[in-house]
Amino acid sequence: MTIATHLPALQVVIPLVAAPLTVLLRGRHLPYFISLAASWIALVIALLLWQQVNAHGTISYAIGKWPAPWGIEYRVDQLTAFMLVLVSGIAALVLPYSRASIENEVPPQQHYLFYTMFSLCLTGLLGISITGDAFNIFVFLEISSLSTYVLIALGRNRRALIASYQYLIMGTIGATFIVIGIGLLYLMTGSLNLADIGRRLAQVQGTRPVLAALAFLTVGISLKLALFPLHQWLPDAYAHAPSAVSSFLAATATKVAVYVLIRFYFSVFDASQVLSQLPMQEMMLILALAGMFAASAIAIYQTDLKRLFAYSSVAQIGYIILGLSFNSPTGLTATVVHLFNHGVTKGAIFMLLGAVTLVMGGSTMARIQGLGHRMPLVSFGIVLCGLSLIGVPGTVGFISKWYLLLAAIEQGQGWLVFLILLSSLLAVVYVWRFVEAAYFREPRKDIDADTRVPWSMGLPSGLLVIACIYFGLDTSFTVGSSVKIAELLFGGMR
Amino acid sequence: MFDLIGNPLTCLVVPALGAALIALAGRSPNLREAMTLVTASVLLICVLSLLPLVLAGQGPSITLLTLLPGLQLALHIEPLGMLFALIASGLWIVNSLYSIGYMRANKESNQTRFFVCFALAISATLGIAFAGNLLTLFVFYELLTLVTYPLVTHHGDAQARQGGRTYLGVLMGTSVLFLLPALLIVWYTAGSTDFVAGGLLAGKLGHSAMAGLLALCAFGIGKAALMPMHRWLPAAMVAPTPVSALLHAVAVVKAGVFSVVKVIVYIFGTDSLMQSGLHGAADWLVVLAGFTILAASVVALSADNLKRRLAYSTISQLSYVTMSAAILAPLSLVGAILHIAAHAVAKITLFFAAGAIYTAAHKTDISQLDGIGRRMPWTMGAFAIGALSMIGLPPAVGFISKWYMLSGAMAAQHWLVVGVIAISTLLNASYFLPIIYRAFFVASPPEDAGHGEAPRLMVLALCLTAAATLLLFFLPDLPLTLARQTLVR
Repeated sequence: MTIATHLPALQVVIPLVAAPLTVLLRGRHLPYFISLAASWIALVIALLLWQQVNAHGTISYAIGKWPAPWGIEYRVDQLTAFMLVLVSGIAALVLPYSRASIENEVPPQQHYLFYTMFSLCLTGLLGISITGDAFNIFVFLEISSLSTYVLIALGRNRRALIASYQYLIMGTIGATFIVIGIGLLYLMTGSLNLADIGRRLAQVQGTRPVLAALAFLTVGISLKLALFPLHQWLPDAYAHAPSAVSSFLAATATKVAVYVLIRFYFSVFDASQVLSQLPMQEMMLILALAGMFAASAIAIYQTDLKRLFAYSSVAQIGYIILGLSFNSPTGLTATVVHLFNHGVTKGAIFMLLGAVTLVMGGSTMARIQGLGHRMPLVSFGIVLCGLSLIGVPGTVGFISKWYLLLAAIEQGQGWLVFLILLSSLLAVVYVWRFVEAAYFREPRKDIDADTRVPWSMGLPSGLLVIACIYFGLDTSFTVGSSVKIAELLFGGMR
Repeated sequence: MFDLIGNPLTCLVVPALGAALIALAGRSPNLREAMTLVTASVLLICVLSLLPLVLAGQGPSITLLTLLPGLQLALHIEPLGMLFALIASGLWIVNSLYSIGYMRANKESNQTRFFVCFALAISATLGIAFAGNLLTLFVFYELLTLVTYPLVTHHGDAQARQGGRTYLGVLMGTSVLFLLPALLIVWYTAGSTDFVAGGLLAGKLGHSAMAGLLALCAFGIGKAALMPMHRWLPAAMVAPTPVSALLHAVAVVKAGVFSVVKVIVYIFGTDSLMQSGLHGAADWLVVLAGFTILAASVVALSADNLKRRLAYSTISQLSYVTMSAAILAPLSLVGAILHIAAHAVAKITLFFAAGAIYTAAHKTDISQLDGIGRRMPWTMGAFAIGALSMIGLPPAVGFISKWYMLSGAMAAQHWLVVGVIAISTLLNASYFLPIIYRAFFVASPPEDAGHGEAPRLMVLALCLTAAATLLLFFLPDLPLTLARQTLVR
């Protein structure tokens, strides 16, 4: 057997092994290179898996050769492969960026810790995406969450500790809910394998424990994905974590949580059943809309750019969930494509904000006055990403919005079209607050912005900004995959 | 693909490339200005090289990108777009001469940014002119809003920021809220967004759906300044005068009415709009545009600030185009298309004159203009010609377009429209003639003796456009041919 058959295992094992290595080989440079290598190998594996899945269909891999319902199964379908590419791709860009970035934000003796936790977090997120086992999802969720708490706490500001603690509490509640949900499912079906639970649930569909499991899982996962109004942990966490951490989390963590929700809804619960037995569709729709408007409105009044864009993330998660609530292939396509598109956009924005923080010593509106003169490229990059958040054609945001609008029209809900567009006008307002601060105010004299942005930070950020434009023009990868995923998930159901 | 001449893409790339060169030459103003002029000339040559093809009825088309199935970025040259491209690229040269004079004489800051954005705006305008489908038009339409934003807010003070907010808010808001769903519905209904002779949607939608979609388009194209979406236009007058001149007499506003005409002709199709229902799905648009014409004229009548009066006159004149296009009669459509050209040359002359007065005499209000015609005879002479064209009197080109619009309305027995045009002509006369009277026949106050004409480049530019206004009256063949070809296709 060649190594190719073990790719699913290696996808998780390589970053997992990298983590203890970074602790053992502390040093000044080694941890960096180890985790960097791990993330790049992970990206290569993810791309190979994506290719395999596209060529030969779903891959099922039995860990330790224990067959599926008893052993842990790693299951790579289109959706999984898509998530793996997103997560490892962002990690492969954030890691080179992080080196110079944490130099400024994290005490040197803790640098190795950053790489350890980063590798663990990557392991967790990849594991969640790849595993086909419900309890395994929980385990990887905990791995990623615990490492995230540490990563956030590494922020130089002491408020990072509070933010981390807040997230710890909320995250733990979420994880507990999830494990209760999984427990209830195990109780009713006697299985932990997702596909197996899905099959067995058919007999007990609609019983109270199953509905309770659905409720627990939905609330628990919604906490992790920061669905409005369960989002309180997110703005503080993004604002106070080290910049590299914010960009990684903003691009991947909530997206993986959305993946878990999709996975449970479509592969375990039969989505059409789920959405008919409880008023889930309406609830999701209302929460999504509330998030889109409330979070955008709050974003407008933020004085710190990191917080501003963190609230914008909450609003964008609203779009993602809105697509899900339509319960239609087009809606799901919109959701999946926006997972990727928003991941890329927000990743780029937080990376650029990291560069701003490095040079200007902070990211408050007052500090970044005149940024357009001092850091022309960086501010232009932020403007481009902002246009993507608004959904201007030529950017990835337009593609997501197009599918979301299309899904709304297919449902015959013209009023939703206008609500979606209205909320994107709110994005114009908060993006333009940045534009006015950066281009219409004189640079402050008391801040000397002599530091230059190192290449290791500029290049990855630039690449992501370019990705924001590229995938807005060439949609064959993103939309192509998303359409296939939606067909797969809906086809499997019907 | 690599056929540079005769390729619509070249016309977009040339000004974009020019923008890069202008940016590189930023340190040496003379070189930079030379770049602007060279780029503008090359562009005009490129556009002219396409003209024979279009006149021969074989506009080249090219697909750039496929975003989604049936959703492409594509360029296609047809007569209407050709006319618009000719206006924009031709007036860019004259405007560049004027801008150079104006920016230097008034010692404006950030001149490099100004010329770069100007070139980019022209690139986006040509993208609109040559758009092969509604998506492409939408993309360049948004792009034009974005690249003109730094021009509108050029001064960077609180007033500019406020004006910029209104500008961006109205234009982006309307296009996102109305035009984008319209685009989506068109794509959803027809499976593509291509501009098709006879109308893409012909026979595909019912009467009320047609009327609703037309409303989305008419309000969504905020650049056409149909009331109540007109507020951005006066707000954008905070920009330096060359910007007001080219962008708000030619590129931006004409992009608006051009898009309206294009959508009516190629997406809806005049026949299908006419047939759907008893009275046609576009009748409400005629009424609204008529209202805009009169209301804007009344506001213009009461404005003392010269640029503000010109801005409201623009709003009123733009609705001539929208109204005549919405009548759907062939003659009035020819008039509408002709009026795009006629209004462009005349209004740019008026703005040039306003800028020249500001530069030479530092005056912005009409009440200060007593006797100014004696010290600035060329400027005010050109102004008078532009004003004649606005009113629709011979020997200015405005007479011809108004003639066609009137005959179209009469042929269609649209008496409301005839009435609107008649009243509006009176209003036009009553807000332009007093300015000319004041300039030439009222004695100037003694303290005004100190100035003469504006810098030569500026005077040259405004004389050129005034001459064009007269010339097109005598030789309207080219725009007329293009306008007729648009309808024949």
